[in-house]
Amino acid sequence: MLTETKPKLMQAASEAKRTPMTMIQALRSAMDVMLERDPNVVVFGQDVGYFGGVFRCTEGLQAKYGQSRVFDTPISEGGIVGAAVGMGAYGLRPVAEIQFADYFYPASDQIVSEAARLRYRSAGDFTAPITIRMPCGGGIYGGQTHSQSPEALFTHVCGLRTVMPSNPYDAKGLLIASIENDDPVIFLEPKRLYNGPFDGHHDKPVVPWSKHPLGEVPDGYYTLPLESAAVFRPGRDLTVITYGTMVFVSEAAALDTGIDAEIIDLRSLWPLDLATIVDSVKKTGRCVVVHEATRTSGFGAELESLVQEHCFYHLEAPIERVAGWDTPYPHAQEWAYFPGPSRVAAAFKRAMEA
Amino acid sequence: MTPREPLRLHVPEPTGRPGRHTDFSYLRLSAAGEVKRPPLDVAPADTAALAYSLVRVLDDEGRALGPWAPQVDAALLQRGLRAMMKTRIFDARMLIAQRQKKMSFYMQCLGEEAIATAHALALQSGDMCFPTYRQQGLLLARDDVSLVEMICQLLSNEHDPIKGRQLPVMYSMKRAGFFTISGNLATQFIQAVGWGMASAIKGDTKIASGWIGDGATAEADFHTALTFAHVYRAPVILNVVNNQWAISTFQAIAGGEATTFAARGVGCGIASLRVDGNDFLAVYAASQWAAERARSNLGPTLIEWVTYRAGPHSTSDDPSKYRPADDWQHFPLGDPIARLKAHLIAIGAWSEQQHVDAQKELEAQVSAAQKEAERYGTLADGHTFSAATMFEDVYKDMPEHLRRQRQELGV
Repeated sequence: MLTETKPKLMQAASEAKRTPMTMIQALRSAMDVMLERDPNVVVFGQDVGYFGGVFRCTEGLQAKYGQSRVFDTPISEGGIVGAAVGMGAYGLRPVAEIQFADYFYPASDQIVSEAARLRYRSAGDFTAPITIRMPCGGGIYGGQTHSQSPEALFTHVCGLRTVMPSNPYDAKGLLIASIENDDPVIFLEPKRLYNGPFDGHHDKPVVPWSKHPLGEVPDGYYTLPLESAAVFRPGRDLTVITYGTMVFVSEAAALDTGIDAEIIDLRSLWPLDLATIVDSVKKTGRCVVVHEATRTSGFGAELESLVQEHCFYHLEAPIERVAGWDTPYPHAQEWAYFPGPSRVAAAFKRAMEA
Repeated sequence: MTPREPLRLHVPEPTGRPGRHTDFSYLRLSAAGEVKRPPLDVAPADTAALAYSLVRVLDDEGRALGPWAPQVDAALLQRGLRAMMKTRIFDARMLIAQRQKKMSFYMQCLGEEAIATAHALALQSGDMCFPTYRQQGLLLARDDVSLVEMICQLLSNEHDPIKGRQLPVMYSMKRAGFFTISGNLATQFIQAVGWGMASAIKGDTKIASGWIGDGATAEADFHTALTFAHVYRAPVILNVVNNQWAISTFQAIAGGEATTFAARGVGCGIASLRVDGNDFLAVYAASQWAAERARSNLGPTLIEWVTYRAGPHSTSDDPSKYRPADDWQHFPLGDPIARLKAHLIAIGAWSEQQHVDAQKELEAQVSAAQKEAERYGTLADGHTFSAATMFEDVYKDMPEHLRRQRQELGV
């Protein structure tokens, strides 16, 4: 099924030489390309310099570009983002790493009140062209402080762009686009997908990206548009609106149930590609929203509301929602918490039977 | 064994409250000329004594004393005096305009005029200040900033450079080295460090100057700024304006009791000074010293400016409810304008007549600017930017959802 969408996804760099990459390598390649192309790009965060990051996304970049372009910071998320805002005001394009999305809270004021509103409050006199990378999501036995998906806290903030890729090809193209974008971008990286397209069947061997077509990544510069969703898997029976790890979980649910689900990978959560969602739901008449984050006031609530507003008269069934439970992310009970293929499959069936 | 006393919580209190005079001995003053001036490359730890004393140049007779007395010509001091007078006149007129409901809000810097004006004159073109809401003197000291433009911001009118997006006094003026003011406190302090780091990354010559009040030093961003400034030896001046009061909160509640805010810097490995903020010469000299250090790759300097917030916190505040109404008259560091005026008269570079003439001329200048600005409208008469503009600048390009919402509003 993927082969059907691959040509569309790959248009942007159809001629370029491709190399199999993990998402980590693809992200590193994006930063490498941008450090090379733009002398105003700088990369920093906890452990990102000499060591190359706890997930190794910046490995080798300090050696290649020097300590003033790629460097370690104190353990202070507020400081990392606050300094990035100042650097952006100077004219740099900082790419800051928050080691885990679970740790961004001390930087909330700098993200919400500063980066997101600098352009607005100064009427364009100052801007914050910064990219804040943060690994998110669970499935790695990270417990409640290494597993969160806080995207709804960002999509609620006007002035931010929130992006979440689901594969190496998108990760590189979207990260380059984010770095080049003049708005502040929250770039969430589903860490369970760093090394392979994890589909939620945690008891099965992990498939590496080298065995997946979306692990084929052009070596050089290319971008993918922000505010553009991908039809990850075309289908006729129902529309799945999802992003990140749940793209592959939803695909597994489609294969497990035989329901011909059209899976929309949002890629950019906000601002959003509403047209792709609306076109699909109008076609299928059924909709399932899937995310890993907790359910109540999650981004899924916004998605359901948008579908209701724009597609109500085309709906043949209530909109279904699959999400993390409204509990902190547990450690030992991880797989009971994680919205895996069986829960998604059950939602598919409810949507089809309604 | 004698029984222990029960534990008790210490909540600092100012000595002065309505009806009870303040005992200002807590200020730890030094005599004018008494404090040493270390070499530019002083080790931060060796500034500890400076952080607990007070750099002062002008004595009570208007004489400039000691190693911190700057070698400047009278013309610069005259310019500084005029800048302070202009700032005070500007504040007074804008307060009246606020009471006339031409603007929603105002914040004056009465009594603190020396700090921002002298500092502005010690910086160079291209340097960037990250101010709080009480550093209007940074703009008013400059010859290249239009009073009309500033007043249009205050009036939120059709010529407001920031299109009515922010409360009055939240100016933004990149070309004048003035970063957009946030209403959230302390955020700009670490941003100033980031700006300075960027200048160093690019091998530039420009420096940053961050500002914060005594109250907001309790925020995490203050401590973060000190850590980052120290770690990266950032070319930045870290200014703490200790005006004793954060709305109704005395500086001891911010952590100023039995220590100083300058001492925070020493603990973080930053060269630190504590300076008489009502002494124009001391402010100019200390600012120049810190700027020269920053520009010479010698790293950050933290300066605590000791002053007094003579007016209310803002037009929404009534300080007579929480401090003695005549507190400022007893503040031992006096009035910065009167002190510089006395010095200039003492050295024969100013006269009472010149002062009267300058006062009249500056009043006329501010008045003319206000009249012109009011021609472009005020918040009261509704000549503001249209409602349609509120959807602009959220993002660089307006996304679809904001277009829809603008249509929904029908503008």
